[in-house]
Amino acid sequence: MGNIGAKEVPVLLSPEGLRIDGRKLDELRPIEIRAGVLRQADGSAFVEWGQNKVMAAVYGPREVHPRHLQQNNKAVIQCRYNMAAFSVDERKRPGLDRRSQEISKVIAEAFESVVFAEEFPRTSIDVYIEVLQANAGTRCAGLVAASVALADAGIPMVDLLPAVAVGKVAGAIALDLKKEEDNFGEADLPMALVPQSGRLVLLQMEGHMTEEELSRSLDLGVAGCRVIYEKMKAALRERYSVEPVATEAA
Amino acid sequence: MPRGHRPGHRTGGGEAHPSPSARERVLVLPGEELEARGLKPGPGTYRVGGKVYASILGLYLPRPPLVQVVPLSGRYIPKPGDTVVGTVTDVQNTFWLLDIGAPRWAPLHMTGAPWKVDVGETERFLRVGDAVVVRVENLDATGRIGVTMQGEGLGKLEAGTIVRITPARVPRLVGRGGSMIQTIRQRTGAEIAIGQNGRIWVGGTEEAVRRVSEVLRMIGESGQRPGLTERVARYLVATTPTAHEAAEGEGEGESPRQGPAETNGEDGDEGDEAPGPENGKSEEERTSWET
Repeated sequence: MGNIGAKEVPVLLSPEGLRIDGRKLDELRPIEIRAGVLRQADGSAFVEWGQNKVMAAVYGPREVHPRHLQQNNKAVIQCRYNMAAFSVDERKRPGLDRRSQEISKVIAEAFESVVFAEEFPRTSIDVYIEVLQANAGTRCAGLVAASVALADAGIPMVDLLPAVAVGKVAGAIALDLKKEEDNFGEADLPMALVPQSGRLVLLQMEGHMTEEELSRSLDLGVAGCRVIYEKMKAALRERYSVEPVATEAA
Repeated sequence: MPRGHRPGHRTGGGEAHPSPSARERVLVLPGEELEARGLKPGPGTYRVGGKVYASILGLYLPRPPLVQVVPLSGRYIPKPGDTVVGTVTDVQNTFWLLDIGAPRWAPLHMTGAPWKVDVGETERFLRVGDAVVVRVENLDATGRIGVTMQGEGLGKLEAGTIVRITPARVPRLVGRGGSMIQTIRQRTGAEIAIGQNGRIWVGGTEEAVRRVSEVLRMIGESGQRPGLTERVARYLVATTPTAHEAAEGEGEGESPRQGPAETNGEDGDEGDEAPGPENGKSEEERTSWET
């Protein structure tokens, strides 16, 4: 981090097969999720994932703005992914850019395939994702936060949507890339899984890998998603804990 | 594309939730399988390939012939007959649009107002930002909400404060047979109008409003933890100015508020009742819900 123009490639994989931060190839960064952190929103969640910090808020179903986007047979899902100016080393120029537009679009489409939008015709479900600190994998962190926020908002959907990126680092397939691995690695493959059906509803790839590597990456990513899925559920359980009620009074 | 994993490999969320017993409260999350035992998928669930899953976060509640999940969060879903508190968001020639916390704004036509309103004169009666109590009359297939302001306890709200709680907590606020809300009224001397949409209008002295707001916060935030009634009672007793107590005879006959519900207070308001299922029940039925 730091030096502008520094092109020195760090050692991404030690001879022992450990990664730059000491993780094994199939190891996730530590992840912590909290549901229901904003009072104003209908649903919200905060995710700390490695050095990523992401906040998500969900509003709706509510009136559609702008009006012309309204669909008369279902809710529209509008997503805004945004990185704070202070989320990266070099100040990020605030506002929409091509990258954030793309990420907003693919995340909205991922949710369109799991949310029962037909239940709320002519309305909008608005998902806001704010990246406060970024260290690679923010679209996945944002998706995870938004998915927990949607559940917190009581939105009906097929399932929660865990997401993770797999990549190719120093020739090896590795789970959940961090910044250096993403910058200097050979490939990056973010994905989002519907655990209930086993389907992927987001899959992008940057870089190169062989068909065999892709196949292994998908397996690794799906396994990672299932771990994250459990953490998402735990966060919601904690927020809505139902304590056993003594069988008091008839 | 390699097919490393596709349906077929599906593991779902693990085991299906076994059907809970009558008094048990089981939290389920979207995508979790529910043991349906021949029951049909009801609200809050969906079926794929003969299995029933939860579609929302809520309490798993088999209600033969349906399995359903009762929401614990989310926006207000309107239901005919509900009394709700709303605010005016737009004024047109012949109607007002109200935000009642539902997925869509509800048009209140001038013929549904308690006054004689001429076309174009709507703004003389209600302006943007005004608070009102209305009743949901009908819903159409597109989710349009018809409301009226003609009826007992309905009308424009003056002064007072509106506090929001999640609509799923409203039954808990009312309490069994109206016990909770009656206690709060008696202990604070405040006037309270409960909207089924979770918007609660509170009128009275500054002190009363403050105490009611605090109680509403406790009710709104306490999740599913038991002992709520006790905590509320303790708070109210602790903050009751002693001289005050005898003085409040509840002069609230004219205030717009929920008619039914407060039939009596003393029918076993122990522990914490689960929020009742909100659908299609009269308020008495909902608040005295026991399973």
